[in-house]
Amino acid sequence: MHQFWEIISKADNVPIVIMLVLVCFFTWLSFREALKYDRARAEGKTVKQAVYAEEAGFPERVAVWPHLVRQEFLVAIGVTIFLMLWSIALDAPLEELANPNVTPNPSKAPWYFLGLQELLVYFDPWIAGVMLPNVIVVGLMAIPYIDINPKGSGYYTLRERPLAISIFLFGFLFLWVLMVCIGTFARGPGWLWFWPWQHWDVHRVVAETNIDFSDKFFGVDSASPMGFWIGLAAVALWFPAVMFPPLLLPSFRRSEFFQRLGIVRYLVFSSLLATMLATPVKMILRIFLHVKYIWVTEWFNV
Amino acid sequence: MDVDALKKEVTTSQLWRSVMRHDLEDNPRTRVLKVMSNLFMHLHPVRIPRFGLYLKHTWCMGGITFFLFLVLTVTGTLLMFYYHPVKEAAYADIKYLEFDVPFGMLLRNMHRWAAHAMVISVWLHMYRVFMTGSYKPPREFNWVVGVLLLTLTMLLSFTGYLLTDDQLGFWAVTVGTNMARATPLLGHEGPFGDKLGMTPYNDIRFAMLGGSQVAGNALLRAYIWHCIALPLIVAVFISIHFWRVRKDGGISAPQ
Ligand code: HEM
Repeated sequence: MHQFWEIISKADNVPIVIMLVLVCFFTWLSFREALKYDRARAEGKTVKQAVYAEEAGFPERVAVWPHLVRQEFLVAIGVTIFLMLWSIALDAPLEELANPNVTPNPSKAPWYFLGLQELLVYFDPWIAGVMLPNVIVVGLMAIPYIDINPKGSGYYTLRERPLAISIFLFGFLFLWVLMVCIGTFARGPGWLWFWPWQHWDVHRVVAETNIDFSDKFFGVDSASPMGFWIGLAAVALWFPAVMFPPLLLPSFRRSEFFQRLGIVRYLVFSSLLATMLATPVKMILRIFLHVKYIWVTEWFNV
Repeated sequence: MDVDALKKEVTTSQLWRSVMRHDLEDNPRTRVLKVMSNLFMHLHPVRIPRFGLYLKHTWCMGGITFFLFLVLTVTGTLLMFYYHPVKEAAYADIKYLEFDVPFGMLLRNMHRWAAHAMVISVWLHMYRVFMTGSYKPPREFNWVVGVLLLTLTMLLSFTGYLLTDDQLGFWAVTVGTNMARATPLLGHEGPFGDKLGMTPYNDIRFAMLGGSQVAGNALLRAYIWHCIALPLIVAVFISIHFWRVRKDGGISAPQ
């Protein structure tokens, strides 16, 4: 426990603690505002009446001088004071001179990349370090072109866009922020899992026998040709398995959601979603069933 | 002495009027002029939707991100006066900053904490834009510009990490850039990399580091990306971002 406090208060980890507090606060704020809005709408108010009802009757537009300029000025002063105090209280870390021959254990990337480093436990580097970051960036950029629900533009609501919000919150809070925290606070020497009350013992060894997907479920050697085809099938079927079932339902095809989206958008959306969901699925397979690779090939493993 | 007469004398002089285009009395006309006739102020429109003022709507995170970028530019420029991007000097320069340069430690701290804070504020800004649904038409493209800014912000922070040339930065960047080895086709350990003749001496990681290891060339490359190339690119995209906020009708609000 003593050591956990040391890790939390390490100068470079303090920002993570600050971030966690802010993320919790703003999540609470968004939910509070959204629930307020949804309730007001349920009572039959119009969108405009429901948003910030308490300020109704104020002018729509305000003069930048003095209103906005004053706010910017105050915030700039506030941020400056905050940074000054932070910089007086806490020194930036500086370790020994760089030495390629002394590898620290654990070796960690900068904290904001630790979510990706954490995924290295579950995926090979070409997926965790190259494919996924690119998919994340492209996927984020695609959001406005996939989520074409016209409701909820410019105000908080949960009821008018439940799907978009749940997917985003799952990605942001669990796959990004939580992974950063795990990578920082729970991963010690050898990138092994350490609970806060456990000491980061450099000599700790965890016996873990991992087996591949085809060995586990079919008793087929994953390196054999048969194992190859089973792995390929599992990976190749994952995507249609997520993407197509809703399409088989006539009620879904007729739904307003699908009608608006169209087939192309739907396919882009569902393939991105399948990629995103593959991450927790692989984690579960790994943690609970000790499955290392789904698909083993001569050139790469998945 | 007549203060009012003096004031009038000064404010009607040719010198004063060549700088200040309008009087400073507080009335609707000067409120407009204060924004219109000043280069920095005129980044703003004259009037904005009321929602732009609500902290619970903007969390002020875009503005804070921008302000932190400015703080980083100023503190970073000052740090550059004391820093040589060569292996022989870099680490010693940091020590020199910490122990000999007046307020050097404070300067270094401000730069580092502002950098971390900017990474956090840019994430939170994205979070708020999502939660208020502000990426919806007509603001789709500005969201895309934003995602580029998010990526660039993290790259800025990452390239800066190496510059102290200590164990922390060295290993963090080693771990980070080792990923590039596994790039499909372009990395020597990536799928099909060997089929394209990739080795540790010609693959994408080599191009990033200017070598097969994080060493002197990598330090210089990180320095140039960090101090020149990335800040310029970010400045261009921030300009586009702000310009688009205005062109898209200002801050989002319920219609
Ligand atoms: C260096 C990084 C960035 C800076 C300096 C910046 C700055 C700003 C500022 C000052 C605003 C005005 C409103 C506000 O403060 O919320 C704004 C709005 C906006 N930003 Fe950013 N931003 C950055 C990154 C991003 C990112 C990462 C995204 C999204 C992925 C984004 C998307 C948007 C959108 C869509 C708006 C319009 C919001 C509205 O109309 O309500 N920006 N940005």
